[in-house]
Amino acid sequence: MNGLFGTESWWVVIAKAVLIFLILVIYTLFNIWFERRVVAKMQHRIGPNVHGPFGLLQSLADGVKLALKEDIVPTAADKVVYVLAPILATIPAFMAWAVIPFGPEVRIPFTDTVTPLQLTDLPVGVLYILAVTSIGIYGIVLAGWSSGSTYALLGGMRSSAQMISYEVAMGLAFVSVFMYAGSMSTADIVAAQAEDMWFALPLLPSFVIYLIAMVGETNRAPFDLPEAEGELVGGFHTEYSSLKFALFFLAEYVNMVTVSALATTLFLGGWRAPWPISLWDGANSGYWPVLWFLGKTLIFIFVFVWLRGTLPRMRYDQFMKFGWKVLIPAALLWTMAVAVVRRIRLDGGMDQQTVLIVGGIAVTLLLVIAFIPERKQPADDEEPAETDAFAGGYPVPPMPGHQETRPDA
Amino acid sequence: MSMVELTFLMLSGVAVFSALLAVSTTQVVHAALWLVLTLGAIAGCYLLIGAEFIAWVQVLIYIGAVVVLLLFALMLTRAPTGPDSATTTSNRNVAAAVSVLVAGGLAAIMVSGFAGERLAPPRGGVGSAASIGDAIFGTWVLPFEILSLVLLAALVGAIVLTRRGPERDNGAPGDVPERAQH
Repeated sequence: MNGLFGTESWWVVIAKAVLIFLILVIYTLFNIWFERRVVAKMQHRIGPNVHGPFGLLQSLADGVKLALKEDIVPTAADKVVYVLAPILATIPAFMAWAVIPFGPEVRIPFTDTVTPLQLTDLPVGVLYILAVTSIGIYGIVLAGWSSGSTYALLGGMRSSAQMISYEVAMGLAFVSVFMYAGSMSTADIVAAQAEDMWFALPLLPSFVIYLIAMVGETNRAPFDLPEAEGELVGGFHTEYSSLKFALFFLAEYVNMVTVSALATTLFLGGWRAPWPISLWDGANSGYWPVLWFLGKTLIFIFVFVWLRGTLPRMRYDQFMKFGWKVLIPAALLWTMAVAVVRRIRLDGGMDQQTVLIVGGIAVTLLLVIAFIPERKQPADDEEPAETDAFAGGYPVPPMPGHQETRPDA
Repeated sequence: MSMVELTFLMLSGVAVFSALLAVSTTQVVHAALWLVLTLGAIAGCYLLIGAEFIAWVQVLIYIGAVVVLLLFALMLTRAPTGPDSATTTSNRNVAAAVSVLVAGGLAAIMVSGFAGERLAPPRGGVGSAASIGDAIFGTWVLPFEILSLVLLAALVGAIVLTRRGPERDNGAPGDVPERAQH
């Protein structure tokens, strides 16, 4: 841990906090524009291109529009909790950024003060991020409950189940990183990757599990069940309008950037320059690392947008089944494997080749087990029944195994 | 009185006050929210005595998982969550007596163990993840394993409660629980 933390003068701390806030808000405005433009490109549209150069000011215009709208509080709402919910969703999203490292120690322009580009560092930094982001769930759950609307309640309920489920897989994905870095401090993890290599390579399964879990945690497509427009109108924010709605919007995008920044810090070497650039001596000093950091984060944002543009929304039961029956067991197995291999290698009991051979045998065994078919359950009814698609007066798709009868055939 | 002690006292005051509100409010969801405030204030107390790891685990597990699950269960079971939903049971006197006894016992342990101790600014390494790991998996490994057995029992109990076979209630497996019907 850097000795400067905790001894800096108050104006440096305040300046850094304000800067982080500004970066996040501007990055959010940019991300909304970025997402709309990229999705538009994927769907052969143009996207917002009117306000400002390339339409960059579109999000700002939308924000002002939202702020000027009428603020409606439903009669059935629990007033205090209704107002509290968007605040509870937004504040933790910003708080997580206190321990994210943007870069190395730099000299503040026009002064002699040297400061690390990170607000503070905790020995349990990643745990802190997990803890504060888990508070953000309250914003969504309480928004759903306090609106006094069934759609919102269902959205809030889904969200709470979803976030708790995927947080487990997320936490398990972190454990192997902690074991490799020997620390839970974000700055130490970045330093450990500078000595070794980016943890995304040796810990690829952890990285993949984290990528899936982070999409589930942020309620983004294909896991955006809490606000499934097709089923729940708007989900938890159905009854919200004006600035309160804008706060939920802001929280979602800041959370997206938070999990992306965490992925960058834990798996992609944090603020350190990627390979071709790292050949240049000055790449990891001064203010340049901020650029590498934001660039790596933007790659994850692009993945978010890409997923949204590609995949349809999952059904709720599929989503839960996937989380509990695939993701969490896989994360547990992998964590055990990493712990065992790490211990053996630290004791010097095995060389690289033996580890690879044993790992190969284990993976083959797992694959063989995965391909053994499950015992078929006895079917309830022998012959598949026929479904009259228009029995209820409107067309209904047939159940699996049922034969569709067409009234006009 | 130092700044740390003053903050500690204020946080404990918040914890006790919101705990009282949690049991006396007339709305179940509000009770859960006051519980969140209580647990958060206790996490703040942990931070002040230098137990950083415990403090954040407290926030992560109790605030981020346990109470959220509680809210989830409230919404899922269609239990009434409106005004006057937190009704008092006839057991309230017994419950009050038990809680006073437990509080007395805990207070006695704290006084006998830490009487006369002063709150100092946290020293490095006391509440770190490493020292707590050493303590749990070294000195206190047996209580730790017994606690995991308790969790296992709770898990089995939950499975028994959810698997309502035909021999238990003479209903179809997918039957709606009786409470949800009205």
